Amino acid sequence: MGKGLPLESAAANIGNKTRRISKESKVNIILFIFLMVLIFISLIIGKYYISPIQVLNSIVSKILREDLNMPEEIYTVIFNIRLPRIFAGLLIGAGLGTAGAAYQGMFKNPMVSPDILGASSGAAFGAALGILYSFSIFGIQIMSFLFGITAVVITYMISEKICKHGDSTLILILSGMLISTLFSSLVSLIKYVADPYSKLPDITFWLMGSLSSINKSDLYIIALPILSGIILIMLVRWKLNIMAFGEEEAMAMGVETKNLRIVVIAASTIIISSSVSVSGLIGWVGLIIPHFARILVGSNYKYLIPTSILAGSSYLILVDNIARNIASTEIPIGILTSIIGAPFFLYLMVNIKRGWV
Amino acid sequence: MILELKNISSGYKGSEVIKNINLKVESGEALCILGANGVGKTTLFKTILGFIKPKSGEILLDGQSIYNMQRKEIAKLIGYVPQAHVPPFPYVVKDVVLMGRCPYIGNFSSPSHKDEELVDNLLSKLNIYNMKEKYYTEISGGERQLVLIARALAQEPKILILDEPTSNLDFGNQIRVLEHIRNLVTYSNIGLIMTTHHPNHVFLCGTKVALMEKGEIFKSGDPSKIMTEKNLKEIYGVNTHFVNEENIKGFLPVI
Repeated sequence: MGKGLPLESAAANIGNKTRRISKESKVNIILFIFLMVLIFISLIIGKYYISPIQVLNSIVSKILREDLNMPEEIYTVIFNIRLPRIFAGLLIGAGLGTAGAAYQGMFKNPMVSPDILGASSGAAFGAALGILYSFSIFGIQIMSFLFGITAVVITYMISEKICKHGDSTLILILSGMLISTLFSSLVSLIKYVADPYSKLPDITFWLMGSLSSINKSDLYIIALPILSGIILIMLVRWKLNIMAFGEEEAMAMGVETKNLRIVVIAASTIIISSSVSVSGLIGWVGLIIPHFARILVGSNYKYLIPTSILAGSSYLILVDNIARNIASTEIPIGILTSIIGAPFFLYLMVNIKRGWV
Repeated sequence: MILELKNISSGYKGSEVIKNINLKVESGEALCILGANGVGKTTLFKTILGFIKPKSGEILLDGQSIYNMQRKEIAKLIGYVPQAHVPPFPYVVKDVVLMGRCPYIGNFSSPSHKDEELVDNLLSKLNIYNMKEKYYTEISGGERQLVLIARALAQEPKILILDEPTSNLDFGNQIRVLEHIRNLVTYSNIGLIMTTHHPNHVFLCGTKVALMEKGEIFKSGDPSKIMTEKNLKEIYGVNTHFVNEENIKGFLPVI
């Protein structure tokens, strides 16, 4: 009783805080170096082997605009084939990791992946429809992007209609499941009516997910939307911590939860729709990367988002290297991310020490 | 700072849960709200905090309606301590308390070094500085409740709203948490509203009490006048015996 308010006890501890590089920053620096090395290795390996020296020479000559007498095909392979593909992997991996981490916080649920509101199935439906009607590649991408966004808009409108105030997270997730299922069924319907000799294989391969067909112009198309989505989430990332404690608590701490939610959903939807539009369905990345990042730097979104970006892009580039080198023909990356993702997630569930299990 | 509720009626679709609520809390006062389960205490809090809009009536902070204020501005004046629960992710205690700085942090920013110092001070004030680096998900219920109080105090509020701060706590922790709450009122000149299921807690930290029945304030005022066997019988429907000796005050159930 009557202990008063002892302020002195910890005052000493507060005083001697020195500014050093935090553990989290160190992790991110290491991840960044790893990513750079990975990009370099990815330029070397492949069906057409290019030595490390040749890779360095061609990059230097490109930057300095000097002719170092390199064979023309090396330039073509590096700058027109491998580099666009690597950058696409980087962007998509970073985007999926970011969107996944943001959704898990916002929906207070570690089992949420960024396609929970129907973006992926909507985008898949758009693409399947585009293939069915023999649209151009660009037309298919546009269809995919538009339907990805449409699906999420419908999901959001349903939940707004049902839940006028209060905690609408659950309704939002349920509406998302509903719309996802609906669009998946529509994809099945399209597959059923598609010509089994020409269209059906196209749709099926497209849905498996692959980075193999990505070229420079695809990269230009997706770079802006994915980057703006990532930047938006980076900007509001600290506030996502508060959302993880629930909508009402966040409101009591002065967060305009509705605005924040719209920003995050819009950013994630743009990321997912753009990714799916060029690469098809690449599953599991958005689910496991945030967990992996959480093991490295903890739950604070201030560090979690940058780490998810670096880990996501590294992971996708790594798996893409496996996809294009492991067998004589390329394996769709979507299949690989699922094959690797499922046991990796099991490993996480068994070994995670704290929190949600 | 004065928080005033004028003729508040509020509830959900169609149904009115609370009716004609008139309450007033000033800095340095601690108002305890008692009432049976389902009487509308939670609805009352949700209304004060702006989670649900009242059907009629006004909520005034120093005479200004909170519905003309931005959420951020309200959060700088009213802090909310929810019942302790576990978030889905293992946050470190200091990060949880830092979240309370939210109303002072720009839309696209993170807490600064200054915010961290303020949090350090709050943690030592509540005697939980040694918890700073621990995981919020791994500390005890009583400690968690103190962390949430620290988080609300990080908002530097003038009014603090606590939703059954002692539920789920063991006997010792209940009393310790209430002591901290009483210290806040006395030393930090904060106005406080809390709900509790223990009438005796009113004597530990309340300067005012309001008894709720059927969504309305049944009686309110000075605890020494309001806290009677007859009134408790009225709101809880049980017989109690009032013990009033030096340093001991409380109700015991009649066996």
